[in-house]
Amino acid sequence: MAVIDIRRRTGYLFLAVVVGHVILISMQVTTRRGVPMLQEVIFGVFSEVQRGANGIATGVRTSWQNYFALQQVQEENERLKQQLSTLQIRLQRERSLAQQSESLQKLLELKTGSELSTTAANVIAGGASPEFRTITIDKGTGEGVRADMAVISPAGIVGRVIQPSRRAAKIQLLIDRNAAAGALVERTRAQGVVVGTGVDQLRMDYVSGSAEVKPGDTVVTSGIDGIYPKGFVIGQIQSVRRGAGQYSSIVIQPAVDFSALEAVLIVLTPPSPAEPAGRGKDQDH
Amino acid sequence: MKAAGVLTAIALALALQTSLARFLIGGTAALDLVLVVVVYVALTSGPVTGMLAGSAAGLVQDALSSGTLGIGGLAKAIVGFGAGVIGQQFIVTAAFPRFVMFIAATLVHSALFMGMYVLLGLKEFPSPWAAVLSQAIGNAVVGIVAFAIVESLPGVMERRRFRRSSR
Repeated sequence: MAVIDIRRRTGYLFLAVVVGHVILISMQVTTRRGVPMLQEVIFGVFSEVQRGANGIATGVRTSWQNYFALQQVQEENERLKQQLSTLQIRLQRERSLAQQSESLQKLLELKTGSELSTTAANVIAGGASPEFRTITIDKGTGEGVRADMAVISPAGIVGRVIQPSRRAAKIQLLIDRNAAAGALVERTRAQGVVVGTGVDQLRMDYVSGSAEVKPGDTVVTSGIDGIYPKGFVIGQIQSVRRGAGQYSSIVIQPAVDFSALEAVLIVLTPPSPAEPAGRGKDQDH
Repeated sequence: MKAAGVLTAIALALALQTSLARFLIGGTAALDLVLVVVVYVALTSGPVTGMLAGSAAGLVQDALSSGTLGIGGLAKAIVGFGAGVIGQQFIVTAAFPRFVMFIAATLVHSALFMGMYVLLGLKEFPSPWAAVLSQAIGNAVVGIVAFAIVESLPGVMERRRFRRSSR
């Protein structure tokens, strides 16, 4: 009966819900330290649901493929894909090293050319809200994944870990509106900051209007943000507009196809202390 | 609609939004299936149920995304309440009024959601019009289809039962 009475007082109930949400939001906005417990618990629990849903979907898909496709060809295909991924990663590192060797800076940076330690993870879910460009992966703190670790794929930079739980982690994609990475144009070494736009394009800010950049140039990470390792491909310049201001307006086509991500690599090696560590825009949120 | 049914619908929408959408439409779909469920629940069950469904669904969605907990909940609670009130005051049973309802709900939700983020200085949404409009149309189409499917189910069951009994 009490429930029925409350339901009749629609206005009061509406007010209570609104006030409750406002208090909840206010608490987070004023105390901005770490992740709220409720958020972590819900994420932890639901990531298991996502893991289950992904398991079912993957199981159905795998069964279908195994029954109706040529099994051996598929296995060989998987092995070749794996090999290709490894070679592409190696190629990116080699490209980076080759570029560096052309400049005098290479002499100073030889000592930092250490191997990157990575761990592979499967994407188990996409973003829960279309306003945020995030994915969930099946590796968490149990496998050594920590917040702010870089996430890469054979094609290039994917994003960074923003919320790891024990067996899963949430990744902020580079195309999210709040994501950013220190970057440089590979050909001319012009530096800037690549920021997400919320759609499948990136923007490069703070590139001097006098810097020599043109469409088709490859943009790589500069390592200056202290998150992403230096020399990994971000994308190619799609358009350059030199405005009246101090900086050029540059649009970048990401190297990674964010709509077809199935597996990623998490960089476990922290960025070299020799590189200047800065704070990107993405770290402010 | 019973509470268990509402919760199941929300959970299904969340699972579809986060997991299956990745396989079906490449993860780039500008759809908010949870909002579709909230509006559906509000139109069929009234403002209180719509508001509570919106609040719960929005909170879970906030927790699963990288946003501030409560902003999505509040936006969806208000939309759920508003849709429920309109559903009680007007006849929203034909396809076109429902289509308009889903479009309006998405626009209001986006305005509230983005507005709160911008007002609190937590996030920027430069020129979101195209994305919001495509999401509104997408949500409306999915909503209309969902209504059509749910409303045709009793008829299908009835016909199947009749065929079995006539054999």
